[in-house]
Amino acid sequence: MTDVVSEPTTVTGVDTPPASPARGRWDADEHGWFGDFGGRWIPEALVAALEELTVAWKDAMADESFLAELDAVGREYAGLPSPLYEAKALSEKAGVRVLLKREDLLHTGAHKIRNVLGQALLTKRMGKKRVIAETGAGQHGVASATAAAFFGLDCTVYMGAVDTRRQALNVARMRLLGAEVIPVESGSATLKDAINEAMRDWVASVDETAYLFGTAAGPHPFPSLVQSFTRGIGDEARAQCLERYGRLPDAVAACVGGGSNAIGLFTAFLDDPDVAVWGFEAGGDGVDTDRHAATIVGGGAGVLHGSRTMILADSDGQTVESHSVSAGLDYPGVGPQHAHLAATGRASYEAVTDTEAMDALALLARTEGIIPAIESAHAIAGALRIGPRLAAEHGPDALLLVNLSGRGDKDMVTATRWFGLDPETATTDPVGDPDSDPRA
Amino acid sequence: MSATTPSAAPTAAAGRTMADAFATARAEDRAVLLGFLPAGFPDVETSVRAMTTMVEAGVDAIEVGLPYTDPVLDGPVIQAAAQQALDGGCRTAEVLRIVSEVAATGAPTLVMTYWNPVLAHGVERFADGLVAAGGAGLITPDLTPDHGADWIAAADDRGLDKVFLVAPSSTDARVAETARACRGFVYAAAVMGVTGARTTTSSLAGPLVARTRAVTDTPVGVGLGVSNGDQAAEVASYADAVIVGSAFVRCLLDAPDTESGLAALRDAATDLAEGVRRRA
Repeated sequence: MTDVVSEPTTVTGVDTPPASPARGRWDADEHGWFGDFGGRWIPEALVAALEELTVAWKDAMADESFLAELDAVGREYAGLPSPLYEAKALSEKAGVRVLLKREDLLHTGAHKIRNVLGQALLTKRMGKKRVIAETGAGQHGVASATAAAFFGLDCTVYMGAVDTRRQALNVARMRLLGAEVIPVESGSATLKDAINEAMRDWVASVDETAYLFGTAAGPHPFPSLVQSFTRGIGDEARAQCLERYGRLPDAVAACVGGGSNAIGLFTAFLDDPDVAVWGFEAGGDGVDTDRHAATIVGGGAGVLHGSRTMILADSDGQTVESHSVSAGLDYPGVGPQHAHLAATGRASYEAVTDTEAMDALALLARTEGIIPAIESAHAIAGALRIGPRLAAEHGPDALLLVNLSGRGDKDMVTATRWFGLDPETATTDPVGDPDSDPRA
Repeated sequence: MSATTPSAAPTAAAGRTMADAFATARAEDRAVLLGFLPAGFPDVETSVRAMTTMVEAGVDAIEVGLPYTDPVLDGPVIQAAAQQALDGGCRTAEVLRIVSEVAATGAPTLVMTYWNPVLAHGVERFADGLVAAGGAGLITPDLTPDHGADWIAAADDRGLDKVFLVAPSSTDARVAETARACRGFVYAAAVMGVTGARTTTSSLAGPLVARTRAVTDTPVGVGLGVSNGDQAAEVASYADAVIVGSAFVRCLLDAPDTESGLAALRDAATDLAEGVRRRA
């Protein structure tokens, strides 16, 4: 960073409030632009609905009673705030002190509950009775179905037909929660097509329906709106870190697909110039292959799903299918604020391959007794990579805050296949890496 | 106002524009019939034959759809057709070649496309390609004028038609802003929903056309849902152009073979062309 607006970096008070004001210099302008990225590239038919949503959201965020109700629901129902945990065994591997923000302990198992509770409460405030959502692996769909059940809203979830087959358990969860799940057969029958189908539903149903967008992407106001509901991750972690260590972390890290957990963590620290910000994208088989989902590291600028951002497309502008072992990161776009943070250099983005992520998953399981979501395992792998760099710069007491955005229960079928854990065929130690346990 | 300055462009487009189609229709005291098909559907050669057939059967102007992977405003019929075109390898270069063949019939030929393919091709380069092919201009379903400065400038430089959409949900202010940015015609998307033939025309269309007319002299076309001559006649009673897409696509999609598909297409076009000529 060159254009540093200085703020004292040694913070003494433990009651210091979150750093970022309601609208900071890294936030979107009134038209939803983050520098050259964002905006609203959508059919005219949706403009009125997005305007209505923008007004209702801004009004709600300025209303103490809305914020108090959201806070109460978050604490009593979802388990907020999530703990901050210093992972000592993992720290030995990383060479610095690694602090895990335990979003995996929240209701439904991931940070996504923050977003859907906020959007569902906003839906009720707007007087709408029905919500729709898209989902890839099913996590946002499950969270949406949960919030809809909690608030008494009708819920329809669009899910690519390829994903409904891969994630049958989450389809069952959504249906048990009372949601209608509609498999989408068009296009590549994955997340991007589920978004298309949800938008088509919304064009025809905007009067009575709210679209609970699952990540900090899409047309304005969604990138900002989702950020406003997930930024509690970083606000909490910042306060927890100051309270426990009396200082800010030296770096924060998160995985980036669409980018809702990452922007939720990053926002509180963007105005802290001495806090390095790291995002880890899904590198799949490697960004030098055509099988990855690293839009910032390996893509280019374009328009997808209502936003100008970094995308994966061919030279004719046709969207290219992404690939990742992690369904939650398997998306050919990214939130426009991440594109802006990358372009300005405020945040750094690197790609983590499928293999690196799965190795990190096994490592965390064996060293800390935590099975992370494969998405979050990308952040763990990234932390292991940047740990030595941080240690070289700040010494072994450097604090590296990593968002453990979700738990891995949903990924056990993938992990079973990846590591050969099927009891019928497994060897005695299928993971097979003695180095996985530092205490061995 | 764009309708009053149709020939202000320094480099007039090589082909005919929508102004020509409206002039002809006005002289005959009828509405314009504008027909859509995706380029490359069911294959490149047949799509050219199909569009030529439509012109022969009385369709005044053609919208050539540039197939895109993520068509959020299209219903299942056009999605399926576009996917088939993409699977057949139809990309921007082929689309421009198809435009040149269709424009050679003498019918004004527009491209309808989602924005990213144009962005990827380069806005100026796309506009040049359109001029070279004799195309009339662009219809942009997911580009609103407030995001369209680059395209508006490129189109103005070349005298190309620039057609943006208004919707029943548009505020009066946005209808006015959109109409001001249009050249050729204003596209009134008459139902809240995706493309697809409907059994009844929308009750939202008339009021939307009236609101648009109140703020512009540019012709107004109505699209989304029209599938037969009776509906065309009804829409023609209050709009300057009747736009038909899914009903044409369906002719080819449902046909057992190419020839019967083209025959069905000719029948549908004939029926619709008769509709826009009927005295309401």
